[in-house]
Amino acid sequence: MARETLNILIGGEAGQGLVTVGELLARCLVRSGRHLQVTQGYMSRIRGGHNTFVLRTSVHEVPAPAEGFDLVVALDPATARIHEPELKPEGLIVVDEAWGLTGGNLWAVPYKTLASGRYMNTASLGVIGALIGLGTPVLLAALEKAFGKKHPDQAAENANTLEKAYAWTRENRSDGFHLAPAQPGPTRLILNGNDAISLGAMAAGVRFCAFYPMTPATTIALNLADRAAKLGLVVEQAEDEIAAVNMAVGAAYTGLPSLVSTSGGGFALMVEGISLAAMLETPLVAAVIQRPGPATGLPTRTAQADLEYVLFSGHGEFPRAIFAPGTIDQCFHRTVQAFHLAEDSQGPVFILSDQFLSDSLRDTAPFDLASVTAVNPADRHRAALEAMGSADPSAPYQRYALTPSGISPRLLPGLSEHLVVSDSDEHTEDGHLTEDLDVARKMVEKRLKKADLIRSRIVPPDFWGDDPADLLLVGWGSTLGAMIEAGQSLRDRGRRVGVLHFSQVWPLAPEQFLVRLESAGRVVAVEGNATGQLANLIRRETGFRIDAVVLRYDGLPLTPEFILRGLEE
Amino acid sequence: MVDIKEYGQFETAWCPGCGNHQIIQAVKRALAEEGLRPRQVLMVSGIGQAAKSPHYLRANVFNGLHGRALPAATGARLANPGLKVLIESGDGCSYGEGGNHFLAGIRRNIDVTYIVHDNQIYGLTKGQASPTTEFGFVTKAQPQGVFNTPFNPVAAAVGLRCGFVARGFSGDVDHLAGLIRAGMAHRGFALIDVLQPCVSFNKVNTFAWYKKRVQPLGPEYDPADWAVALQTAHEWGDRIPLGVIYRDETRVPLEDRIPALASGSLIGRPVNQTVLAEIMREYE
Ligand SMILES: Cc1ncc(C[n+]2csc(CCOP(=O)(O)OP(=O)(O)O)c2C)c(N)n1
Ligand code: SF4
Ligand SMILES: [Mg+2]
Repeated sequence: MARETLNILIGGEAGQGLVTVGELLARCLVRSGRHLQVTQGYMSRIRGGHNTFVLRTSVHEVPAPAEGFDLVVALDPATARIHEPELKPEGLIVVDEAWGLTGGNLWAVPYKTLASGRYMNTASLGVIGALIGLGTPVLLAALEKAFGKKHPDQAAENANTLEKAYAWTRENRSDGFHLAPAQPGPTRLILNGNDAISLGAMAAGVRFCAFYPMTPATTIALNLADRAAKLGLVVEQAEDEIAAVNMAVGAAYTGLPSLVSTSGGGFALMVEGISLAAMLETPLVAAVIQRPGPATGLPTRTAQADLEYVLFSGHGEFPRAIFAPGTIDQCFHRTVQAFHLAEDSQGPVFILSDQFLSDSLRDTAPFDLASVTAVNPADRHRAALEAMGSADPSAPYQRYALTPSGISPRLLPGLSEHLVVSDSDEHTEDGHLTEDLDVARKMVEKRLKKADLIRSRIVPPDFWGDDPADLLLVGWGSTLGAMIEAGQSLRDRGRRVGVLHFSQVWPLAPEQFLVRLESAGRVVAVEGNATGQLANLIRRETGFRIDAVVLRYDGLPLTPEFILRGLEE
Repeated sequence: MVDIKEYGQFETAWCPGCGNHQIIQAVKRALAEEGLRPRQVLMVSGIGQAAKSPHYLRANVFNGLHGRALPAATGARLANPGLKVLIESGDGCSYGEGGNHFLAGIRRNIDVTYIVHDNQIYGLTKGQASPTTEFGFVTKAQPQGVFNTPFNPVAAAVGLRCGFVARGFSGDVDHLAGLIRAGMAHRGFALIDVLQPCVSFNKVNTFAWYKKRVQPLGPEYDPADWAVALQTAHEWGDRIPLGVIYRDETRVPLEDRIPALASGSLIGRPVNQTVLAEIMREYE
């Protein structure tokens, strides 16, 4: 019988190419009309160790990762041993005949007779493709797209190997794991959270990115660096995160929409610079991709433990916004919003994601690029200049003019006769250093006044399910899908369940959600941390005390099963 | 030539007799003599007494964080290579808190003129040792005297083959203005370490102490000779050489290497929708 959904784990040592196989397979699945969600688990090393690439694929949308595997494709013997306990009763572990392993659920493939050394991964792809019933054309096309240009000399051997492994598998095992047929619909994209943040930034008009490598944030900068020449942007690897953020503030002051991307430890070094952006009233977008801490923590695993940290980062008081996308689509759109909000409020705005989402390849509809407008500080400059009319350029330009909204018209340095003066010290309206305490008070108020603009644009939390609900799950960021799937499985058992998901976690607008909390029978916060940071924040902001928490802080993403177990306790 | 009056005259928060007064004079003169108008100039600084300098002339100003002037200036240059970017900050800001940026900035070879007011002390925080404070110098924070050997910024920069390395003295404004002009004319990172007496907290390296020792390098000196430059950079005793100590005009500034900047500043450039759509299609 054909399967609607399969959960496939590919495992092996770092350096064995499992990501290559996984990504090829992912592309084939999406091309043939299936949906998918990938969860990557890897160790902080370049060779050896044990890494996994899990594809959960279905003819329906896949909201979340799941536990229990239908297929384990072992690229090394350890994978077979480690994941055997997670195999579903009917599941299969694909191993290499050469390892001499035997067991009920093991299926040995004579890879040696199917492929020579460097084509092993292609053989694996052929085996998996045949097992789950993908056609050879889609597999061959994926191979061609991945390697055709890079290694044209290997194209024939790649294709041969694939067909040989495919044919062998069809002959020896026709049962079991075929996916139900699907009709490829309109083109889908296949990308992960960091890809979508990068694309969002590009669409929003990013022109400058400075970074210091840190997993799991690095790929954002790498994505931009890869396109820098053709799209016209500057990506600079800084000597440390302190330099990165100060470069970005310098570039933003001068007129380029700027981005920094990092993870907890690197963000710690950026914090003074965040405060600088606030003081200079310079637009800045900071993407903080979380991993478990404290300190170096688990460098390649996931967590949602930096909400309070980002919220309270930076000395002094200033307004900010924090977005926490839960889907690939939200990664794109919240990033676009972050750039606009940073530009309009002239200050720092954060995108808070995590390793799980950053690495999670998923299929998604192409973004409507035509509907995105890019920020353009030069247009603002021109408008501000026009509004100033024939203001005497020898009279100081009031970069920090006190206005009812707190937002002052921003000119860019060097583009007019007016001089733009910005100072990290407290300053007068013309930007110069002051120790006049009356001015200081007014400037504090001016900066905080900008919170009104930020508040006027809060993205309300998304609600899904039954209203009112007997059980309301509350979460933020990457746990969205797991909450919905857990909720659905409870609804299937007759319960009234709702999910409230925040893709913006600061500021909070109680009028957008408090009623839902109050009208639910029981409210449970679901978070990837050990203290229930969103739950605490909601209590601080609304007085509402969330009844219980389901928390995960072992470095793995929340799954529907984990949530259901947590709810039973 | 631009009238120096364009750069204005300001009251400062500096002590009377401080070397900073002469340095700011030299900077204004150099800018005017180079024919630069204030709108073309961006002055970047960190925090400290020296770092207040940008407030005392008319120009665009980015007065950032302690130690972080150079990265901010780097971002600004990359954003608008049309701006003439100068940095003024103290020895503590530049070589202490900002030490890593100093090394990286030289290697990066961003086109900025970095004027360090080197009073061999932390002035603004009232007299603690800086990286350039001499061995044994007693302060309230170092009551047994400084245990660290002093940092020689000029030698470090020459060692890193920084394309323009100079030492000036606040007591010789003409000479210093010349150095600043030469530094601005240099395409790439230019370091000008300026000996600056601090009358309040450095009672050892006083105006008289410097005056007795400083000697401008003569026309026979060849700053292109790296080995000689390295030796000259280490001269610090009865004679302290002033002038352009090392110069290498062959180094290409970072700005010239960045493809996106080939057609100038990116400010205001609309997003190329065709390219953007192509990039999205890479994910199909
Ligand atoms: C992050 C940070 N640390 C410390 C300080 C305090 N601080 C301000 S200026 C300064 C030292 C200034 O020395 P220097 O750069 O040599 O400048 P000078 O005052 O001597 O001109 C220090 C430590 C600060 N402002 N910021
Ligand atoms: S404390 Fe020293 S450096 Fe600061 S203004 Fe006074 S003399 Fe100049
Ligand atoms: Mg000093």
